[in-house]
Amino acid sequence: MKIVVCVKHVPDATADRTFTEDGNTDRESVDSLLSELDEYAVEQALRVAESGVDADITYLTIGPDDAKDALRKALAMGGDSAVHVSDEDIEGSDAFGTSLVLARAIERHGFDLVVCGMASTDGTMGVVPALLAERLGVPAVTHLDELAIEDGAVTGRREGDSATVRVQGTLPAVVSVTDRSGDARYPSFKGIMAAKKKPLETLDLADLGIAPEQVGRTGARSAVDTAAKRPPRTQGEIVADDGAGGVGLATFLTAKKFI
Amino acid sequence: MAEILVLVDHTDGAVRKPTLELLTLARRLGEPSAVFLGQGADTATEVLGRYGAHKVYVVDAPEVEEFLVTPAVDALTQIAESTSPAAILLPSGPDGKETAARVALRLESGLITDAIDVTADEDGPVTEQSVFAATYQVTAHVTQGVPVITVKPNATAPEPAPVTPAVEKWDVTFGPASAAVKVLSRAPRERSDRPELTEADIVVSGGRGVNGAENFAVIERLADALGAAVGASRAAVDAGWYPHSHQVGQTGTQVSPGLYLAAGISGAIQHRAGMQTSKTIVAVNKDEDAPIFDLADYGVVGDLFKVLPQLVEEIERRRG
Ligand SMILES: Cc1cc2nc3c(=O)[nH]c(=O)nc-3n(C[C@H](O)[C@H](O)[C@H](O)COP(=O)(O)OP(=O)(O)OC[C@H]3O[C@@H](n4cnc5c(N)ncnc54)[C@H](O)[C@@H]3O)c2cc1C
Ligand SMILES: Cc1cc2nc3c(=O)[nH]c(=O)nc-3n(C[C@H](O)[C@H](O)[C@H](O)COP(=O)(O)OP(=O)(O)OC[C@H]3O[C@@H](n4cnc5c(N)ncnc54)[C@H](O)[C@@H]3O)c2cc1C
Repeated sequence: MKIVVCVKHVPDATADRTFTEDGNTDRESVDSLLSELDEYAVEQALRVAESGVDADITYLTIGPDDAKDALRKALAMGGDSAVHVSDEDIEGSDAFGTSLVLARAIERHGFDLVVCGMASTDGTMGVVPALLAERLGVPAVTHLDELAIEDGAVTGRREGDSATVRVQGTLPAVVSVTDRSGDARYPSFKGIMAAKKKPLETLDLADLGIAPEQVGRTGARSAVDTAAKRPPRTQGEIVADDGAGGVGLATFLTAKKFI
Repeated sequence: MAEILVLVDHTDGAVRKPTLELLTLARRLGEPSAVFLGQGADTATEVLGRYGAHKVYVVDAPEVEEFLVTPAVDALTQIAESTSPAAILLPSGPDGKETAARVALRLESGLITDAIDVTADEDGPVTEQSVFAATYQVTAHVTQGVPVITVKPNATAPEPAPVTPAVEKWDVTFGPASAAVKVLSRAPRERSDRPELTEADIVVSGGRGVNGAENFAVIERLADALGAAVGASRAAVDAGWYPHSHQVGQTGTQVSPGLYLAAGISGAIQHRAGMQTSKTIVAVNKDEDAPIFDLADYGVVGDLFKVLPQLVEEIERRRG
């Protein structure tokens, strides 16, 4: 079974992320890493491979040069090879540009199963997996807390907008998994060393037959007008409980008209 | 006037509040038409009309319940193709966002997700989003096709604007089953007597400091005294103390109530992403260095098991 895992290299979510003047994510000022939510996708792909299925796992990322770090991190957890799509013209892509590039790279490689995270930790749209399925013409078995692959089908549990559903789609398919699908493993020292020797291919737009104007800021179908930092919250009154902390809090809440 | 399509979120015809918010926002942009999928349109029509839906397009086909997302995509795309709306609004949630993205792809349109406000500009809708764990406020607009926008709950207060809607039944052609996902079973979210997390004006949340499922009664008692919804940190949810549908944060629900009270929660960035746009924040934590205090308008450094019960008692006393 050919498994492609889409992983994104994102600015560290625990640092102070900012925008550049032209409204793009500032990738300079903050360290980037493998999106924590994509570690769950890597983990689920590895578990499929470990369940006795004869699987070949390839990681796929789109991003600037250092996005390779995300691929190396994933390879250190396990898996076989990686594909890095990098091209200056991709910068500023929206969800449609990104999904076009990913879909073409996935088609080029071939797939039975595509595994994604539930959302990136920077854009947080949570739509790329559904867009991939739409472009590839296969089922989107997305946002799964739990999944099983059996008899050529993916079955899983999904917490939707107003109901929890059990869902099933036939392979080939795109799945995405949540942070409840199972803790991701840490790369071992052996894994980190082995990752350095695993094949990593780099592609550009021409390799994928995509014209520059289809992607990037030119191809984007939405535009940011303004990006402003919210004024940081200021600390109010902090009191130590002297035995009447609850009463003091009640006085605050009464003054604010919550009581 | 330009037509605005609004996808209705409902359970058997019981319309959820975010839909009324969408109808209210849609009126800023044009004349709302509700797109109702599944059964229960008769019940829903009156409410949709009360909030300004001039038309209700009804797609009552079994596919809507049998398959995930794609029937809604087929329906919305086909309705949009023949009505040429000026914008399409959907609720932000896994179903709404995936539907929106696929509709936009088919219509060759742009998409904006998780808007917290939508206003009218001469060139079309302008959205506001809260990004990077709610540290940035971004305004944006769609530059191609029909703007498709998903909107978070509580973006605006629903305002009635009663009309009598024209109801139109639609026959939709559904795509191939091979690319569809079957819904094997469906368990609607349990409704409790407490307000829903996204709809409540007050949220009381417990974290790892609550230390056990049975201890969540302390959180619930305070929530009931304040008429609040109950929230939980991921640590509390992962420990199995409270259901995931109550998780506040990046991978849970993002709330923006008038008052957010965090008890036994340290204030990790992923938790803050779900609550730091709340109007007033109160924290109870026994560690004076807990980061949650950095954003608290009022904080008590102390044991939640002492402070919360005393607060409940005091609320009851003040109310007589
Ligand atoms: C703050 C912010 C707001 C934005 N708002 C919008 C908007 O409203 N509309 C719009 O069209 N674009 C928007 N963008 C741009 C959009 O985020 C990017 O185009 C992105 O490539 C796709 O969306 P996402 O990161 O949210 O992915 P998601 O849909 O959240 O990603 C889900 C999964 O898809 C896979 N994936 C996503 N990106 C990659 C990648 N580069 N390489 C490999 N796998 C990947 C991963 O498995 C990931 O877990 C925004 C970007 C930012 C930073
Ligand atoms: C990709 C990703 C997504 C995430 N998404 C979310 C999310 O959506 N929501 C979320 O909440 N987290 C999320 N997290 C987890 C987050 O990083 C934190 O681990 C989590 O929020 C911690 O929960 P907590 O504050 O309850 O626990 P802790 O950090 O352990 O804090 C417990 C606090 O309770 C206090 N305490 C203990 N006993 C008492 C007492 N008796 N009285 C008063 N105070 C007491 C302690 O002083 C401490 O400050 C995510 C993490 C990742 C990596």
